[in-house]
Amino acid sequence: MDDVRYEAPESPDAASSLLAEAGGGGKVFAGGTDVMVQIHAELIDPGVIVDIKNVPGTQEISESDGAYTFGAATAGMVLMDHEGFSSTWPGVIDGVALIGSIQVKGRASVGGNVCNASPAADSTPAMIAAGAICNIVGPGGERTAPVEDIVTGPGKTSLADGEFIMSFSMPKRPAHSGDAYLRLTPRTEMDIAVVGAGVNITLDDDGTCTAARVSLGAVAPTPLLVADAAAALIGTKVDDAALTKMGEACSAACNPISDKRGTKEYRIKTAAVIGRRAAEIALERAREN
Amino acid sequence: MAKRSHITLSVNGDEYETLCEPDQSLVDVLRNELELTGTKEGCSTGDCGACSIRLDGDLVCSCLVLGVEAEGKEIETIEGMATSAEDLHPLQTKFLEINGLQCGICTPGILIAAKALLEKNPDPTETEIRFWLAGNLCRCTGYDKIIRSVQAAAEEMRKG
Repeated sequence: MDDVRYEAPESPDAASSLLAEAGGGGKVFAGGTDVMVQIHAELIDPGVIVDIKNVPGTQEISESDGAYTFGAATAGMVLMDHEGFSSTWPGVIDGVALIGSIQVKGRASVGGNVCNASPAADSTPAMIAAGAICNIVGPGGERTAPVEDIVTGPGKTSLADGEFIMSFSMPKRPAHSGDAYLRLTPRTEMDIAVVGAGVNITLDDDGTCTAARVSLGAVAPTPLLVADAAAALIGTKVDDAALTKMGEACSAACNPISDKRGTKEYRIKTAAVIGRRAAEIALERAREN
Repeated sequence: MAKRSHITLSVNGDEYETLCEPDQSLVDVLRNELELTGTKEGCSTGDCGACSIRLDGDLVCSCLVLGVEAEGKEIETIEGMATSAEDLHPLQTKFLEINGLQCGICTPGILIAAKALLEKNPDPTETEIRFWLAGNLCRCTGYDKIIRSVQAAAEEMRKG
């Protein structure tokens, strides 16, 4: 803690340079709800804290022809209060709404939730199910990557030194689309997921599922994109048989640990239940538009 | 010691200037640099809500904000809630009447959080109040009198 510096660069290049110069000693800072706790607990000892909130685009929400982009440092409450975004991506909002208290959501961001890389992050499975793309800036310029490619293990990401997520691009929403995120926790509020499931589906005019993405949290070292669970829904009317098969695929994808919130067996079993219930909510929402 | 930064911020409408460490939390700056000790520090990890303040209008835990981030920002703390000792905010009056506090450590944070709720939703249900205040822990009251105090204040404020 001897030489820590605080920097609030005003351009993506300046932020990236500061992080690159610091090597592993730079810490990206947005809402601070994880970083401040880690500093306080002496889990990290950054040489330079790089606050990205003054970089243009890190806190804005924009929409073009139905496709949303939002800054990676946008506070959760700002996303939740954005009528257009929250009605287009209710499943992402389900995940965001479960992150901590009102006070924590006043600062905590989706970018931070993804990059803190907790296996149990609530917004990450919802973003993976949504098919969100990260717009990443780094010393080598800009690149994009799907959210599921970011988290590589607990607390670890695929971002190189000097790279940070500027914003997320959401795909344009076809008609009859709906998403949902649901989690199981021992308590109703202010807890960490035992299982989290994000489901995003699109139906055709007859109610047949034409596209689906399913993501699970807290059941493996990283949030999972479960292709088999999505495949169980595509081409069906999302009926009881399809939902049962989808739940089985969720359980099969689990590779969990046992901890104080739930055993390995409990997580595997309830992944099917939570996955199915999230799919039912997503289905209901898809039928409404 | 790390180089201290000079910051200018507004707290409850008054301009302040101070120096702070690069990694010093805002609650620490408020309490130990500006000597505004109404805001309490409980857990320092964003769990208890005792340090709740408004940062440019947003309800946040000041233990999770860096002091240096407050440069140019408008802060609202418990010290700004009553216009004078004789003219308390309706929330403060109702907390006193209904005994919405015992030891008082959580109270500044709860009052700040409840005021933010009533600005957004002047007529919240009991469930809405309980969920909004889920980030404010109280080990004395069992919450019942806190909820009733907020309900009574909301009713009074709706009458104008």
